[in-house]
Amino acid sequence: MSQTYIELLRRALDEELSLDPAVHLLGEDVAAGGAFGVTKGLAQKHGARRVRNTPISEAAIAGLATGAALCGLRPVLEIMFIDFATLALDCLVNQSAKYRYMSGGQLAVPMVVRTQAGAAGGAAAQHSQSLESWFIHVPGLVVVAPSSPVEAYGLLKRSIRLGDPVLFIEHKRLYALREELPANLPLPDIGRARVARAGCDVTVITYSAMVGSALEAADIVAGQGLSAEVIDLRTLTPLDMQTVAASVMKTHRVVIAHEAVRNGGVGAEIAARLAGELFDELDAPITRVGCRFAPIPFAPELERAVLPGTADIVRAVQAACA
Amino acid sequence: MRAVIDTGDPGLEEWKRLFGQLWRIRAFEGQVQTLAAAGEVPGFAHLSTGQEAVAVGVCAHLGREDALFTSHRGHGHVLAKGSDARAMLAEIIGRSTGLCQGHGGSMHLVDAPNGVLGATGVVGGNLPLAAGAAWAAQARGKAAISVVFFGDGATGAGIFHETVNLSVLWQLPVLFVCENNGYAEFTSREEHSTVGSVRAFADPYGMAAATVDGNDLPAVFEAAREATARVRSGAGPYLLECMTHRMAGHYVGDAQHYRSREELAAVTAKCPIERMKRRLLGLAVAREELDAIGEAAIREMAQAVADARAGAPADPRMALCHVYGAPALQANPGAGE
Ligand SMILES: Cc1ncc(C[n+]2csc(CCOP(=O)(O)OP(=O)(O)O)c2C)c(N)n1
Ligand SMILES: [Mg+2]
Repeated sequence: MSQTYIELLRRALDEELSLDPAVHLLGEDVAAGGAFGVTKGLAQKHGARRVRNTPISEAAIAGLATGAALCGLRPVLEIMFIDFATLALDCLVNQSAKYRYMSGGQLAVPMVVRTQAGAAGGAAAQHSQSLESWFIHVPGLVVVAPSSPVEAYGLLKRSIRLGDPVLFIEHKRLYALREELPANLPLPDIGRARVARAGCDVTVITYSAMVGSALEAADIVAGQGLSAEVIDLRTLTPLDMQTVAASVMKTHRVVIAHEAVRNGGVGAEIAARLAGELFDELDAPITRVGCRFAPIPFAPELERAVLPGTADIVRAVQAACA
Repeated sequence: MRAVIDTGDPGLEEWKRLFGQLWRIRAFEGQVQTLAAAGEVPGFAHLSTGQEAVAVGVCAHLGREDALFTSHRGHGHVLAKGSDARAMLAEIIGRSTGLCQGHGGSMHLVDAPNGVLGATGVVGGNLPLAAGAAWAAQARGKAAISVVFFGDGATGAGIFHETVNLSVLWQLPVLFVCENNGYAEFTSREEHSTVGSVRAFADPYGMAAATVDGNDLPAVFEAAREATARVRSGAGPYLLECMTHRMAGHYVGDAQHYRSREELAAVTAKCPIERMKRRLLGLAVAREELDAIGEAAIREMAQAVADARAGAPADPRMALCHVYGAPALQANPGAGE
């Protein structure tokens, strides 16, 4: 039986709540299921003390979760849109990320901040952003961006058990996607990328919803005789450069694709590392596919005009292999 | 003393011990000042000189299992909670023998086994952490409470109001102790808020609160006894506003041009140690005995500095330790750099 991204996230939360009494969910509307229904039914099953609604106080609830994590809970905090993580940024950057370090290893923050990002259907400038690169800039944070329902399930379970603060970025365009959870699937390791499709002519490095676009692009270019390998990074910190490098040493051509703008993005980081470490392996310039440098617009025609998609990846792959 | 305190008088010997605690903080901060002036303290050093009675009066009611959070001006609180002065000083001068192996410093003292869960350099940032620790205690059925010290300036931050609202809503066992010293850095209270009393912020949220003379040790002791008992009983959070005065600058090196000579003289006249000394003299404790208590504290802290200085310098090989806990992350070059 296939399940949606939302259902598999819920299943992961449900299972972890059952397994570990330290796990608690909190956030705006989570007891009522949350804005997207991810936590629906969990308060009924696990009790209102473990699945708790909060006021609209992103700064304080991030701090609350962090303080609780210092004292033996494993909080899973939902920040409804990554756009509102701005209000929790002080805590995430200055407290959660640094507590283990500042305390010389005496304390830890085993906390997951679940949030969702990305553009879908006219949510416009303040509900559509992809802000992950802000967080990869902060030592101490782990940043996870799952690309499929099954990936989301495994990575969320791993994140909850990890012991370090994790920003877990879901993508609203993936929420309705369906997949069957294979029996006895080993949980993915945090920090290990995945080869989503093997190929030999070009490596497309991507994550989150753009993995789907990259797989579509790989299908299209296959018809033109080009074999694209698609790497799903899964985690943006840590970056699994080993898996990336192994692929690049095979293909010698690189396209990096993400929905976020290119400026200062994850792709810039990867490109810089590849240029520094594998310069001699590259047979073509590294190209990046990303959002045009504008706020996400409202009207569908405008939204389409700035967002990157399958066609952009196809063009980038063709150029890299030309 | 009985005239001051009706209930819970800890007895003369305990008052003398607490008097000694005031002196220990005073002497500790004196040493930090000297070290900072000599260039031995990296970064900023904010002294709690003049505010000792708040730390001592509140921490007298805390056990090791109670969580304490403090601010940039936190040395006194950490010492009063019972942390080791040598390990604190070693941290403040950046030694590997410091509480945090030199990773934290003056503004980030942590002594987890003693329940000191951290000082913070972000004004107001400690408030929700304390509420979170209280939530964890509540959720895990522990009797511990959580206490957070902060300045009057922190009430200008939205997070103060968010945290108070949340703490009352969830009936968290957290005690908010505001050290109202009338200043946020160089800006007076009148200049940074139209709300005269910090205590007043409790009212709209329905939080129990009191204001007390923070330079009067028995008064703080009694108010904190009541406040901690109430929080421990499960009656929800409490705000204790302690009116006090900074006898030193905002940080070591602050020339305090924004304060008049008269103001500084008036502050010195309100010294909590002198006040407590007069009280104890009034209870027929010999002047020599009180002087000896002060001298012992001064000697202790001089020795603590010597011990701290003897510690090995911070080890550069440790600079990348403690960024992550999970071994897989530490080993991954993508995480480290
Ligand atoms: C969020 C933030 N803004 C500004 C500062 C710089 N700063 C450090 S202490 C301080 C004043 C704090 O005043 P108060 O809370 O009354 O504490 P006090 O220094 O009087 O003990 C300021 C503005 C800071 N550390 N954090
Ligand atoms: Mg102040």
